[in-house]
Amino acid sequence: MDRLDELEAQSIFILREAYANLKNLCMLWSIGKDSTVLLWLARKAFFGHVPFPLVHIDTAYKIPEMIGYRDRLAIEWRLHMVVGQNVAALASRETFPDGKLDRVGCCRRLKTEALVNTLSGAWPRMKMDHAQQKYVLDENSEPYTGVIVGVRADEEGSRSKERYFSKREKTNEWNIGDQPPELWNQFKTDFPPGEHVRVHPLLDWTELDVWKYIEREGIPTVSLYYDQGKGERYRSLGCYPCTFPIKSTAKDVRSVILELESGKLKNIAERSGRAQDKEDGGGLETLRREGYM
Amino acid sequence: MIPLPLRVVPEYPDKRNEPALPTRTIPADDIDAREQMNIVIVGHVDHGKSTLIGRLLADTGSLPQGKLEDVRARCKREDRVFEYAFLLDALKDEQRQNITIDTARCFFKTRKRNYIIIDAPGHKEFLKNMISGAARAEAAVLVIDAKEGIQENSRRHGYMLAMLGIRQIVVCVNKMDLVDFDKAVYDRIIAEYGAFLASIGVTPKRFIPISALEGDNIAMASARMAWQPGTVLEALDTFGKEKQPIEKPLRMHVQDIYRFSASGDDRRIIAGKIATGSLNPGDKVVFLPSNKSSTINTIETLGGPALASAHAGMSVGFTLTEQIYIGRGELLCRQDQTLPAVSDTLQASIFWMGREPLKQDKDYKLKIGTTRVSVRVSRIDKVLNASTLEAEKKQQIDRYEVAEVQLRCASPIAFDLSEECESTGRFVMVDNYDIAGGGIITGHAADPDAQTRSQVLSREEKWYHGTIDRTIRALRHGQQPKLVLITGDSSHDKKTVAAQVEKDLFGSGRNAYYLTIGNLLRGVDADIPKENRHEHIRRFAEVAHLLMDTGLIVIGCASDLSEEDLRLIQTIVHKDECTIALVGDGLRHGVDVRLDPDQPTEANASRIIAHLAQSKAVFHP
Repeated sequence: MDRLDELEAQSIFILREAYANLKNLCMLWSIGKDSTVLLWLARKAFFGHVPFPLVHIDTAYKIPEMIGYRDRLAIEWRLHMVVGQNVAALASRETFPDGKLDRVGCCRRLKTEALVNTLSGAWPRMKMDHAQQKYVLDENSEPYTGVIVGVRADEEGSRSKERYFSKREKTNEWNIGDQPPELWNQFKTDFPPGEHVRVHPLLDWTELDVWKYIEREGIPTVSLYYDQGKGERYRSLGCYPCTFPIKSTAKDVRSVILELESGKLKNIAERSGRAQDKEDGGGLETLRREGYM
Repeated sequence: MIPLPLRVVPEYPDKRNEPALPTRTIPADDIDAREQMNIVIVGHVDHGKSTLIGRLLADTGSLPQGKLEDVRARCKREDRVFEYAFLLDALKDEQRQNITIDTARCFFKTRKRNYIIIDAPGHKEFLKNMISGAARAEAAVLVIDAKEGIQENSRRHGYMLAMLGIRQIVVCVNKMDLVDFDKAVYDRIIAEYGAFLASIGVTPKRFIPISALEGDNIAMASARMAWQPGTVLEALDTFGKEKQPIEKPLRMHVQDIYRFSASGDDRRIIAGKIATGSLNPGDKVVFLPSNKSSTINTIETLGGPALASAHAGMSVGFTLTEQIYIGRGELLCRQDQTLPAVSDTLQASIFWMGREPLKQDKDYKLKIGTTRVSVRVSRIDKVLNASTLEAEKKQQIDRYEVAEVQLRCASPIAFDLSEECESTGRFVMVDNYDIAGGGIITGHAADPDAQTRSQVLSREEKWYHGTIDRTIRALRHGQQPKLVLITGDSSHDKKTVAAQVEKDLFGSGRNAYYLTIGNLLRGVDADIPKENRHEHIRRFAEVAHLLMDTGLIVIGCASDLSEEDLRLIQTIVHKDECTIALVGDGLRHGVDVRLDPDQPTEANASRIIAHLAQSKAVFHP
């Protein structure tokens, strides 16, 4: 088995453990390459079926290609697609692009709050109606207590402290200092009622692993990751007011891999095009403690 | 694109007018079809683990651009002396407390391979983090402070590495700069520590004198310690990758059984990650402890063609030629290979991390692979202080102690001795929702039901099936075969409850049959003495098994069944196919429905039927 085979086998094992042990399970799909790889792994783990909902938090500022791609795959793969949004903040224009908040404050409203309230079922959720091919109000407002997330340990400081199964307090807070041990493929799968858990099947993957896997498996990805002729591409996807492309002429997956392998991007952080990280001095840590992904 | 009804669409900006990021071209030096190894760095607090890692990252050029400068600048701003350890302490509150609180992971590369280093905290109270880190490692670097010498956690961590099964260890005697690079100090420490490791059966691959702070013997050989050549990087590169144990007998814990018929997929797929051995279509297999046997039909994949073979390390799913009833937690083995042990009594070495001490006669959960069973400590043989290795005779095992114990499971489980097969010979214990201990199996008591088990195994192997399989029968009857066993003190009424359950089920169109153990005495059991309780129970279970194979729900009734009796019955009839109802007090484990002897018969019968409906034993086809 090569490295990708081993990573795949372990991630599938974790996904199946989550499905076997956790009730009210969902997977977050940010439309980015990592969570799309996670979605692909779920299809492999469950032989073409994804037996839990995929949740996307739509800030309304996502680059439009991302939304088009999301809906195309949702239909093609018949996904149980659930979408949440901070409608109130958008209506009252309490956002960074509207000039009322700084970047971190905007992330907090449009992402963290929307995520927390969508997961808890406190705010309305929309779901894909496959017969009509449109989003309708989701009648189910039960809280999701198990959330599968595509974070990787090599992304930034706080993410290297995660467990595969990481307990979150009811308030969604993450108590980094007091996490139960994880050994020999045994995870925290026992919970008192109401406790939440985040599951991280991609923890051991690197950015390069993700791209190599995308190439090997032929996983469809958003066009924004590739140079469309302007000599720039996105390395990490987010909201357009806060996400910027890097200079690159990589036009396809192979070129992206070559670019990473050549060392051209070696000393530039993957999320360097994400402006909110820099504002949050500790590198997303404040946001992550509050429930940000 | 499909519009969201709630969506508020902001204007899309014409240009994304942000400054481009600086890029820097670096020669193509790291082509990446390379090996990767997880290593853990352990040792007593303040002996310099994080400094060593910071140094490894810096000296191999593995830090992101500007990171080193950032941290240096921050130190200067805050008027602190720069330390390499600050690089790792990415979290704010770690920097505030100046200690590493969890297992951080970072990456670096040598000419030979890529490494993921797991920084394990040295504080005693963070031992569970050290274990989480070390359990993922293939090799370990243990750091000892030359000036402070061997400390409590130097020994404890060494012991834990041995128990976790990490055999590739390099011991670094750090801070040699503080002892003037004195060979005598180094020699004294390695003699003492080497003797300690030898006493627990560990032979380190290498001892190296280093100064992480000044970079001696990390990436570059130190001229100041020419008396002991060799660097940490060289030592790491001599470690070997462990191969997947493909040659061993097949072991795979069943993780789940999938049938996504709602999405039009009728495959019944058994899924799991193969721990050891290999698996091929046509293999005759057995699931333990239930003893169900079948033959591998196909190894399934997503979309692509079925696999010709699968082996250790792979997460797989397969179908069987004969549909048998098994659940998560069974251990899949090949009939032509050495089978694992099956017993309810284990001898084990354990380490305890729980806030509450581990006590005898308290119920815990034991998890081995995907198997889960209720367990008690039935005997404490020895409690060891993991740092001094002194044995004590104690009644309980406190946090961070290691011990040799006997464990008693509520029902038999399948496992191997740790020395024979690591992955099926180690377990964790759960106390109050959290993993609180881990252990390796060093022995087991003889299985009291061994003979019955082997009879059942051969019965399952040789059973001739007609063409009507259990699924077809279940669909016709709207029920799964079940043994409902009503037991309790002989003074309580059970027979009228059993008869009522039969009547109610039959009345609602089900096929149920009431069979008391006494009914067999003058027929099937006429040839055995009345006192041979074991044989009476065995025959009763075999008769029930036969009736269940016809699709029936059998309602059995017997007074005073003990846990041993239940184990015998569940050796013959799978425990998932049994519903145990207890009238009054008694059995601690395995009871599905507890009945109050003072309640009316009808009420107790309804409770049993409600349980059957809830567990989908009866359904509407």
